[in-house]
Parts: sequence; structure tokens; C-alpha cells
Amino acid sequence: MKAEGGRRKAAVSWRRTRGLTDKPFHYCPGCSHGVIHRLVAEVLDELGVLEKTVGICPVGCAVFAYNYFNCDMIEAAHGRAPAVATGVKRALPDRVVFTYQGDGDLAAIGTAEIIHAAARSERFTTIFVNNAVYGMTGGQMAPTTLLGQKTTTTPAGREVAVAGFPLKVAELMATLDGAVYVARVSVHSPKHILQAKRAIREAFKVQLDGLGFALVEVLSACPTNWGLAPPDALRWVEEKMIPVYPLGKFKVPEEKS
Amino acid sequence: MNKILMKGNEAFGEGAIRAGCRFFFGYPITPQSELPHYLAWRLPEVGGLYLQAESEIAAINMVYGAAAAGVRVMTSSSSPGISLMMEGISYIACAELPCVIVNIMRGGPGLGNIAPSQADYFQAVKGGGHGDYRLLVLAPASVQEVLDLVGLAFDLADKYRNPVMVVGDGILGQMMEAVELGPAPEVKLPPKPWATTGTAGRKTRNIVNSLYIEPEELEKVNLRLQAKYRQMAEEEKRWEDYRMEDAELVLAAFGMVARIAKAVVDRLRADGIPAGLVRPITLYPFPDEAFERAAGKARAFLTVEMNAGQMVEDVRLAVCGRRPVHFYGRTGGMLTTVAEVAARAREIWEGLK
Repeated sequence: MKAEGGRRKAAVSWRRTRGLTDKPFHYCPGCSHGVIHRLVAEVLDELGVLEKTVGICPVGCAVFAYNYFNCDMIEAAHGRAPAVATGVKRALPDRVVFTYQGDGDLAAIGTAEIIHAAARSERFTTIFVNNAVYGMTGGQMAPTTLLGQKTTTTPAGREVAVAGFPLKVAELMATLDGAVYVARVSVHSPKHILQAKRAIREAFKVQLDGLGFALVEVLSACPTNWGLAPPDALRWVEEKMIPVYPLGKFKVPEEKS
Repeated sequence: MNKILMKGNEAFGEGAIRAGCRFFFGYPITPQSELPHYLAWRLPEVGGLYLQAESEIAAINMVYGAAAAGVRVMTSSSSPGISLMMEGISYIACAELPCVIVNIMRGGPGLGNIAPSQADYFQAVKGGGHGDYRLLVLAPASVQEVLDLVGLAFDLADKYRNPVMVVGDGILGQMMEAVELGPAPEVKLPPKPWATTGTAGRKTRNIVNSLYIEPEELEKVNLRLQAKYRQMAEEEKRWEDYRMEDAELVLAAFGMVARIAKAVVDRLRADGIPAGLVRPITLYPFPDEAFERAAGKARAFLTVEMNAGQMVEDVRLAVCGRRPVHFYGRTGGMLTTVAEVAARAREIWEGLK
């Protein structure tokens, strides 16, 4: 736009990242997947690696993620994304490989795959979206469902005697020697979104530096299956989830001496 | 030509290396262990990767990833492990990725035992996993043929963008035979413009997927797969005829049992019974025309298997009620002997008089 009459040239304040396609998201209103997708996409674009990235998407709400990330994509079987990513990265070590997985996918059916990928210190990056519920299949209890949280399969709330305890993935992964970078972040406020993006960038940097396995757990709102309005769902992340799933870096690469 | 002694399981590995395969993902299970043992040192020697997975489920999904990345890749296992791979194989079939899966079959069902068996025939040729898909299935009957067919398996996998299964049993895997290695063939890998290697140098994104949420789309995918399977049936049926020129009693057997069956045919011929053998080399596509043709002269068929009667169903479909099709088999890892099969064959022959 040409500046005229003393008015200042309009500045571009928002631009769609090249890391995403033009396909509109299918996610529910208030769902955090859209924000998390965007953060991953922006990081890939800003690092200049989009053209050499292969993403692996899960089974769950993000099952259609291959429509959104503007790079080569593979749709994996439920829980198996880390094994698929292992196959890709071992065959093409100079490419950037990431998995994008939910809590049912990664922390229930795919527990073996993620733990062993981390133990082998596979050089890919995992974005783990924890919304404490199975979304796609209708709001069932997830391994990360909070104690007392009502879901369609814990109608009276999750009870320890029946369903045990929530799985703390970041803490668990941080115990593995092969996991080089492990962080838990949230996207319930602008400040936290910026922190989340920094962590995602660091996780990809770990891969680019060839240091080993990196995982970022992202706390995510699911208004639909929590039965909350989107603003209330964000508050629920802050007030209910973070006390159980504290934010922070659980593992960072050792300083080079 | 120089001959060397080689174990069957090792021949699977060497055949893969000669075919340009540089990636192997697997999980330990008897009686195929010598194959991963061999590749664990041999692959690094040629700049390849042997990786031990945490399970057969992980192994087949590593195969899925490596195949999607465009490289020649193989896994191997034995019956219970192959069952664990079935979900992944179905995904690979739908995503149309080339790879080779070796099944050194053992006695089943369940944990069964580690003795030789052919009880996974149905699983190999009728789908095995969920959905309408087929594997190309090859059944070598000697260590030399293992070497040759593993090379063919990789070529067919690329040609059809389809998983290929090579089946053997504990005998074939464990025995040593003289083989001719010959000079390593020059491997020309076909271009794989569909592979997910990153979009650099390409205008469009590649997506490897087996999810088609619209039924109209998924039906199209199925029709494309079915057309591919019909092409396989037209172009890839392979079998061996043994003493079939004037055969009136036709034996049918695959893999190691076919070698027992050959000895039976010789013994029957020595007694004046005009016996012959059809040995399917491709179990899928099934060489039905060999049996259709044989049904002209044959008066009866005898299918011999190390299972409770699986391939016999395909023989019956091919013969289509024109002649009686009998069955003789042992289960649970028990071997059929020449004497047993010959006795059953004589019984059938006597009944025809």
C-alpha cells in the first residue's frame, strides 16, 4: 500500500505461515490443536527446514494433520508413529522428522514405541499433545485423565481403585538416558504460547544438532469432551491440569564443554 | 561356477543384500534367528542398517517408515511374530509401499512350537490382516531358490508397490545346501517419485496414507488395489511341473513338502503308477492354470501340506469339481514322510480302479 496523506504504511501484523497448507482445520472451536499446529509449522518454516521435513501423524483427533502441515507427511497406525519415524530417519538421516501424537496414541497404545524410540535416542522430535481425554472416539478416559475427571468411560470420575493414576509422560521420558530434551508446556495464554514455541524450537534444534531424541508435551484444551466453554476450558488447563502436570524443562542437552 | 555351503536363513539375508536391500528391522524369534544374526554383521559391512526393534509391531512399522522413505527394506519373523505384524502389513498394503516380509513358519496355533510347519498359508495368501488386500507370496523349496526368490521378491514389491511375503519353514531355514552365488547382479532401483523424502525439488507434497474417510474415495482405492491384484494374477503365476507329462495321479505341494512329494512321485513311478507333482512357487497369485491343465489327464489329485488342509482349498477351486482332490497332512510341527504320503497315494490309486 502506498503511503499518502501523512498516513503510515499499513504494517503486516499477521501472515499465514508457509508451514501450513490452506486447508481449514477440522478441529472443534476452542481446541488447542490449531495453535499447536501453527507453532510447529512456524518453527519448521523459521528454521528453514520445511522442504526436508517428513512428519508422522497419529490416530486420534490429529489424524488428518497430513492435510495441514505443508511438508511430506505419513499417516501411522495408532501409537506406531515413533516406529515409523525411526524407519524414515534411519533411511534418511539428513531429513527432519517429527511425530505429532495425542495422549491415547502416545501414552496408551504406543507406550512401547515412544519409550524405545527415546531409549535408542532416535534423532527425531515428538510433539505430544496431552488433553487428558480421547477426543476423536468420544471423550473416553485417557491414560492422562485426572483423578476425579468425568469422561464417557469414567462417568463418576476417574477412581484410583478402578483406573489407577494419570501417566506423567514428560517426567517418565526424562528418566531415559536417550531422551536429550524433554519439556512440558501449555498453550492456554499468549505468554504460555510463546514459551511453548520456544520449547518446540529447542526440540527441533536438538534434532538439527544431531543430539538425540526430543519431546515436547503440550497441555491442550478439549472444550467439547470436557463439556466446558472454550474460555472455561483454558482456565481448566491452568487450574486443574498444571498442578498435576507441572510445566518446565525436565531434560536439556548437557552444555558442551 | 563355484558353489558354497549356505544355511537357508542366511540365504534369505544374502539374497536381500544382493537385491540392494540395506535396511532390516526385526525382533528375535525362533526358528528364523540365523537370518537376523547374519544381517547384523553383514548389513553394516555393506553400509546398511540392522536394527532390532522392541517388538514385531514396532519392526513392521519401522519397515513402513523406511519403505515410505523409498529404500529397499525387509523384516523377518516366524508365525506368532507375523501375526503381530498383521495390522502394519494391512496399512502397508493400502498405502502401497514395497517391502519384503519373510515368514519362517512354525507349529501353531498359539505359541505352538518351533518345529517346521505350513500352517500360515491362509494368513499369507488370504489377507491375514484386516480389509481386502493381498500380498504377493513366494515359497522357495531349496536354499538356492531362497537366494533367487528373495531377489525376485524385491523386484515384484517395487513393480507392484506391494508387500511381498516369502514363506519357508524351520527345515528350509535351518538346513545347509550348496548354492551358486555367481557375480552380484547389478541392482537398478526404480524411481520412487511418491516417496516421502521431503518436498525439495518437487512442487507437490507426498503423503503416505491409508485413511480415506469418504466411502467413495476408499472404494476407488479398493478398486485400484483389486486391478493391481488382477494384473499380478495375469503376470506373476509361477510353478514347477515335475513328471507331469502323462500324470494321472497329481500331487500338489509347496516349499519343503514339495521335495518330499517329489520323492513320492519317483517311488510311485517305480511302481508303475503315473504320478506327477505341481509345485506352486507363487502361493499368491495361485497358479490355478497349472491345475486346470492337469485336470485334463489327471484322474485324482492329492494335496500334501504340513497343516490341516489349507492350500487344498485353492487346488479344489482350480480343479473346480472335475476330479477328486484329496488331502494328506501332518500338523503341530510334524513332518510328513515319503512312506506315509506314498501309502496314501497308493490308496487313492487303488480306489480309482
